[in-house]
Amino acid sequence: MGNKTKRMLLPLATGAVLAMVLSACGGGTGGGGGGGAASENLDGRGPITYVQGKDNSNVVRPLVDKWNAAHPDEKVTFKEQSDNADQQHDDLVKNFQAKNVDYDVASVDVIWTAEFAAKGWLQPLKDTMEVSTKGMLPATVQTGTYKDVLYTLPQTSDGGMLYYRKDLVPTPPKTWDEMMGMCSIAKEKGIDCYAGQFAQYEGLTVNVSEAINSQGGSIVDKDGKATVNSPEAKAGLQSLVDGFKDGNIPKQAQTYQEEQGRQSFEAGKLMFLRNWPYVYNLAKTDGSSTVKDTFGIAPLPGKDGPGASTLGGHNMGVSVYSKHKATAKDFLAFMTSEETQKFFATQGSLAPVLESLYDDADLVAKLPYLPVLKTSILNAVPRPVTPFYPAVTQAIQQNSFAALQGTKTVDQALTDMEAAFNTTVSK
Amino acid sequence: MSANVDPQAKPETAVRKPDGGKGGSKEVGMDRKEKTQGRLAALLIVPTLVVLAIVILYPVINAIIMSLEHDEGLDPVTGTFVAGGFAGISNYTHWLFQQCTGPGGETVSCPPGTLGAQFWSSTGVTFFFTVVTVFFETLLGFWMAVIMARAFKGRSILRAAVLVPWAIPTAVTAKLWFFIFAFDGIANTLFNTSILWTGSEGPARAAIIIADVWKTTPFMALLILAGLQMIPADIYEAAKVDGASTWQRFRLITLPLVKPALMVAILFRTLDALRMYDLPAIMTGGANGTTTLSILVVNQIRIGFNSAAALSTITFIIIFIVAFIFVRFLGANAVETASGGARGKNK
Repeated sequence: MGNKTKRMLLPLATGAVLAMVLSACGGGTGGGGGGGAASENLDGRGPITYVQGKDNSNVVRPLVDKWNAAHPDEKVTFKEQSDNADQQHDDLVKNFQAKNVDYDVASVDVIWTAEFAAKGWLQPLKDTMEVSTKGMLPATVQTGTYKDVLYTLPQTSDGGMLYYRKDLVPTPPKTWDEMMGMCSIAKEKGIDCYAGQFAQYEGLTVNVSEAINSQGGSIVDKDGKATVNSPEAKAGLQSLVDGFKDGNIPKQAQTYQEEQGRQSFEAGKLMFLRNWPYVYNLAKTDGSSTVKDTFGIAPLPGKDGPGASTLGGHNMGVSVYSKHKATAKDFLAFMTSEETQKFFATQGSLAPVLESLYDDADLVAKLPYLPVLKTSILNAVPRPVTPFYPAVTQAIQQNSFAALQGTKTVDQALTDMEAAFNTTVSK
Repeated sequence: MSANVDPQAKPETAVRKPDGGKGGSKEVGMDRKEKTQGRLAALLIVPTLVVLAIVILYPVINAIIMSLEHDEGLDPVTGTFVAGGFAGISNYTHWLFQQCTGPGGETVSCPPGTLGAQFWSSTGVTFFFTVVTVFFETLLGFWMAVIMARAFKGRSILRAAVLVPWAIPTAVTAKLWFFIFAFDGIANTLFNTSILWTGSEGPARAAIIIADVWKTTPFMALLILAGLQMIPADIYEAAKVDGASTWQRFRLITLPLVKPALMVAILFRTLDALRMYDLPAIMTGGANGTTTLSILVVNQIRIGFNSAAALSTITFIIIFIVAFIFVRFLGANAVETASGGARGKNK
């Protein structure tokens, strides 16, 4: 027996030692890092890689080809990720952590900038790395800014709009109260009045932020401190809770993501819908759409005027570990140029970040919703800019969903939300 | 691990037997041979152990090391993350006692909406799903296996058809059921109801259980079927001759003889169900009391690796304890059955 144990021990010990060595190698994942890396390779030129989620409408490849033809010594390789945002996020985190020099330029969702910047993974776009943001919509530039420093450059934008039935309401509501007042029309017709995205997922954060921001409240302040327990924020969440209570927002909207609401609207079962611009083309062209000629679009209704939309879209950032940052900087400028944005808008229906393009006659002819979207984005408020975004959005979703379901009072939900933010940030 | 040691022990005894009656001078020589053989055996299993160490031991040890450190904290001045430092067992107490750090650095109970507040509810949800789904899957799986074991025309078609749900990737299954249980979906249209399947706790859990049972019952059925087919037909014939009723044959022959295979099937399914992630993640996103431990781990990974490491270690221990109870007290022995345990019992 003793003999047997001894024999077993040797390989076991070998394995254990090996494991220790390996874990020591992999252990250095923590720490802000990047402090030194941010000042290196600033004038490096050479081939780089651009990382982005799946290029569904095939707009990135032609641009990369165009760049490569003009810059034979500084070719860009396009690395395509999956089309799931969470997976894109996790892939970026993994490669930044590994200090991968091959992830030179990355497409960054507007809600990730603060997190990546605070981790020290993004090259500050200042001094020699400065790229002009002239003419860009201010709210989009705000999404790329953390602690007053620009880390990511806005590339495409997105904002919420109100889809309404022209045949039932000739003039769209300007304020939330006006809209709720119009719900009697929907009731007469036997259809639902208003819906957004109220299932418990990221869309709920978007909708709740819009309600709170539209009433003049906010979720976190400039320093990332919770400001959610205010009378304005309360009024915002209360407006949604009351909507459900009165039946103006149908109960099933608590299971709606973007698509369910769109289907209900296209089937003629919904009078007002808050959704993204992508719905416009589908509602106009879908074979199953019954509202092709009878729907219109308007800015989101707010307290006294247009509401505060939440911003979507993507920015571009440069990794601090890149070896060819000068090339990366030029590529950033190329990918956000007026010409490129026009191409994105016409070929991929991606909303531009340059204000002037929203009044471009050619573009408006192609994308008739641009003027409305401009109002939406001009009034937009970015989602909470905080490095703890994943925890913050969880706290918003869970507590506001409980309030919408009526299992928690609005006061309690906001108190819990604030407490949850505070424990997150101080951890 | 023990499976790897066994082959090493067996040749040892095999060598010793013929050498038992030999003279003393030769014994020394044989001893050396035995030693070299033992060394060779040890050498031969080293690659296996190294692979196991890399793919199993290393992640486990690394997770435990990580779990003993604080998550990265934000430096309020520079706004950058800094390493959290040694945490002792505070990441574990964070989950087990739901302790969070308040704004002033004091320990407070985790407020609703934080992941820390969800540990026990997720554990409860995970076990609830496990018990209910495994129960229904065993029942239905047994029934399907008994039918599939009979000889009739079209049996192979039935067997193939039964496998279809199991062959569909879980993510696809989840999306299918997600559409079925949508408010305007098939379920509500078919039964003329207007239930918010994914909108409140009871229906959401029921929807996930239905989807899971639909998907994994075939797996259960196949494992049980394999067990059923190992029972020789002549035992049933003998029982028939002795005048045993159908019920007696089932209770006294089928059940005891299929038990080893059944226990292994239940063990596999239980461990599988304790790790349940994709169905609830896609169907409800964890809303309405359907957050399982695995969903909680994945959510936590996005927030902080170190707390997530502690949580996955806790999850690992929970599953390990359940597996241990199964093997130790309920007689589920995956290894024995795989190497012909039923044959051993027949001896």
